[in-house]
Amino acid sequence: MTLVKAKTLRNGDGASAVVVPDTAPSVYKRRRKPLTFDKISFFVVFLGVPLTIYILFVIWPFIQAFGYSLTDWSGFSPKQNFIGLQNYQKLFTDDIFMKAMGNNILLVIFLPIITIILSLVLATLVTVGGSSKGQIKGLRNSSFYRVVSFFPYTIPAIAIGIMWGQIYDPSGGLLNGILTSLGMDQFKSYAWLGDKNTAMIATMFVIVWGFIGFYMVLFVAGIKGIPAELFEAARIDGAGRFRTAVSITIPLIRDNIQTAYIYMGILALDAFVYMAALNSGGGPDNSTLVMSQQLFFTAFTKGQFGLASAMGVVLAVATLIFSGLVFLVNRLTGGDKDVSL
Amino acid sequence: MTTKIASQEMKSLHFNPRKPAMTTGDRVVGAVSHTALSIWSLIVILPLLWTFMSSFKTSSEIFASPFALPSQWRFDNYVRAWTEAGIGSYFLNSVIVVGSALVIVMVLGAMCAYVLARYVFFGSKAIYYLMLAGLTFPIFLAMVPLFFVMRNIGLLNTLPGLILVYVGFALPFTVFFLFSFFKSLPHEITEAAALDGAGEWRTFFQVMLPMAKPGLASVAIFNFLGLWNQFLIPVAINAAGPRVLSQGLAAFAGQMGYAVDFGALFAAVTVTVVPVLIVYIIFQRQLQGSVSQGTSK
Repeated sequence: MTLVKAKTLRNGDGASAVVVPDTAPSVYKRRRKPLTFDKISFFVVFLGVPLTIYILFVIWPFIQAFGYSLTDWSGFSPKQNFIGLQNYQKLFTDDIFMKAMGNNILLVIFLPIITIILSLVLATLVTVGGSSKGQIKGLRNSSFYRVVSFFPYTIPAIAIGIMWGQIYDPSGGLLNGILTSLGMDQFKSYAWLGDKNTAMIATMFVIVWGFIGFYMVLFVAGIKGIPAELFEAARIDGAGRFRTAVSITIPLIRDNIQTAYIYMGILALDAFVYMAALNSGGGPDNSTLVMSQQLFFTAFTKGQFGLASAMGVVLAVATLIFSGLVFLVNRLTGGDKDVSL
Repeated sequence: MTTKIASQEMKSLHFNPRKPAMTTGDRVVGAVSHTALSIWSLIVILPLLWTFMSSFKTSSEIFASPFALPSQWRFDNYVRAWTEAGIGSYFLNSVIVVGSALVIVMVLGAMCAYVLARYVFFGSKAIYYLMLAGLTFPIFLAMVPLFFVMRNIGLLNTLPGLILVYVGFALPFTVFFLFSFFKSLPHEITEAAALDGAGEWRTFFQVMLPMAKPGLASVAIFNFLGLWNQFLIPVAINAAGPRVLSQGLAAFAGQMGYAVDFGALFAAVTVTVVPVLIVYIIFQRQLQGSVSQGTSK
């Protein structure tokens, strides 16, 4: 706290601050300002209060989780035996946990890619789907589509889950109602979430539904940031719409795509809310069980806090590996070349 | 932002006398685009409309036909959801928790971001990376220890406890966003304020904070949505406490398997969805602006 260099700050408590020789600004910067009550209280409150809350409720639990994961602690008993990596050993030989991990990997592979491709297509249609002559412009009435697309993002995930649970309902649900009225009678009482062949796909659809609009708006913002001259130049060079999208738009909003990919991947590794709302028990044959559900169950139902913490660590490591991979792939495919404007 | 967009639109509408002719290709592409986007809009709107419509039906009507309009527009589903299922009190709890957490995190986040962005001191980089760690690690990692932290300080299953945890977990995002914002504000202004005799406190609250309003508005919107939708934190550390909306909704849906009252469930979902949706439609211009700000800066 005392090491604050008053870098560019001249506070009005000392007259010396006003008469700074212009020739030696660096000397002025090094000189320490007298610490006033104003300054001390400012730093104590401005840094101290937020950091205390942050460290106590966020950082400290994170650190503790690593410690707990090496014990056989059951939470409510005082004894906490150090058992090394046994919890991890247990996890990687546990069929149910491995199944859950497999489901998470499935989600991480498919969710980001489907969401991003679809939202990119929609964003492109909205922004450059207009006339190919004259000014580059978007589709007419495109703001309607943008506003509507964003709706799902404003709805709490749990409400989305419950709503879609009803839509998928075998007998009274909207989906089977539509399908049977279209003449597909085999869906009359088909349980989308109760059949292990469709449970995961149906669940993924719900998550994609919830996020396309958000990423579409994000990409629209990115595309609007590209100067129109670039599109015009590409057009003069004879590039068609598809070519423009692939060679101009995508490289220029690459950073946005990377961010979206990481966010979506982190969400896929969690996915707790959607799974809990659609199939709280893990679905038929555990086909929609994910690691976070297993963690929650292990901790708060079975009370095996050591083991649950180990699951948390696995989840965190998976998140870090995933983010690292996305950065690496982006780099290897030329993402580090500076194409931004 | 708004006026800029509006004036651009005005320009393209009125001051562009050359109206290029549409080619056949343009028309095809336009038609295909409109079709694709209309189908997508339908996929978004249809489930919401269906939920809204079903919230006025009785359970037997829902099962008789998913499409049929309710025989009469009755509100007793809403009354049951609001009182018997407790959605009303959950709603109030959510408003209290999210409202308080939002105000606190905006003030504290702005303070922290301001100090980190405008002063160089020993450990400032370390604090910055500490914030980054909070953004990187999944909340799930913290859940078990957090449960015991809350129990030890006696705030488990209480609304103040929930507020503090919300503040903690929303802080890194807030600080990151506002960090770049405060960094971009010109230094001359702080100097001018100092010359005029303003102390550190006054400079922040009367000069810098008002200047950061656009940034604050954007973060506040995202924080609001994030906290309002939060589900994991309340079910983990507030399981036996006064429920917030997302938690109460899940509990209500969970017990549905035994006592089937689908009408009330749809009403509860509608009550959850509609207020935020209305606020969104009113402020959608600002929100779309925030998304672009959040990504391009």
